[in-house]
Amino acid sequence: MSTIIVVTSGKGGVGKTTTSASIASGLAMRGFKTAVIDFDVGLRNLDLIMGCERRVVYDLINVINGEANLTQALIKDKHCDNLFILPASQTRNKDALTEDGVERVLNELQHMGHEYIVCDSPAGIEHGAVMALTFADEAIVVTNPEVSSVRDSDRILGILQAKSRRAREGGEPVKEHLLITRYSPKRVEEGEMLSYKDVQEILRVPLLGVIPESESVLHASNQGMPVIHIKDSDVAAAYRDTVARFLGEDAPLRFVTYEKPGLLKRLFGG
Amino acid sequence: MSLLDLLFGSKPKTAAIAKERLQLIIARERSGAPGVPDFLPQLQQELIQVISKYVPVDRDDIKVALEKQGNFEVLEVNIVLNEPGRKD
Repeated sequence: MSTIIVVTSGKGGVGKTTTSASIASGLAMRGFKTAVIDFDVGLRNLDLIMGCERRVVYDLINVINGEANLTQALIKDKHCDNLFILPASQTRNKDALTEDGVERVLNELQHMGHEYIVCDSPAGIEHGAVMALTFADEAIVVTNPEVSSVRDSDRILGILQAKSRRAREGGEPVKEHLLITRYSPKRVEEGEMLSYKDVQEILRVPLLGVIPESESVLHASNQGMPVIHIKDSDVAAAYRDTVARFLGEDAPLRFVTYEKPGLLKRLFGG
Repeated sequence: MSLLDLLFGSKPKTAAIAKERLQLIIARERSGAPGVPDFLPQLQQELIQVISKYVPVDRDDIKVALEKQGNFEVLEVNIVLNEPGRKD
């Protein structure tokens, strides 16, 4: 039995693909056979973030249309032996993403023994985003501590509660997790940024993790390596903690408090 | 930023404003009435069809509106019937 996870947000640019890449890699590093699917038809980017863009031959739509089989389309990850990437189509119309087709692909991935299937949702609340969340068992809602992102997250939570297969069939609801990204403890301390507690209080979804704002995200995407692999990076550590919590382990929040530099350090830099 | 600002800090604390605004808008959007409900025009159209079966009415004779009064949502349907005996 595999667990289907959707990484979603409503708003664009908050870190869905970065998160999908790192959560999928983190699960694979823990020994789980994992697949990560890019649902952003027409604007694929997961391949670039995972560093496999030159190895893309077939894509999700090819598999749905029967133009290629799943084994031909899956790309084996460079860093983890048990991680596979299914890229989105760059040229097709997003209507080619049918509910039946998506279900067939997910079932087949399950039969191949994938324990986790991570669905990287496109931004927005249109067809592609709905398809990415339709079959989800768990949802990771990526939110920046900023008004438009929080509002859009609330909107996508409503869609999850209305349009997912679990919601439509009246079963157990999709398990929701809140992941706050691009967090700056310093700005929170100064009263310029919503705290993770504020965001959680507004959205009322259990907090899975807080990922600090950091240069290492760009550093990682530049070289096509999921940021969780970057050594000595706070972001990598925060994603590892997030994966641990997702697996039910107890990992205290890190990188959420700001230590004020002393007067001398502020005057002379440091 | 001047040296004094750097030393003592005097930035506006806008996070509290953000939180308050979000709480208000999200409570409103969650309440199930996201602004103007989109079924009102169709409701009006169908009411006209049904009522026209029995009495002659015009499109403008039926007014449909949704209002919020305290904790209640009030769906107000106002139908103006032509005076009996009068012929248009």
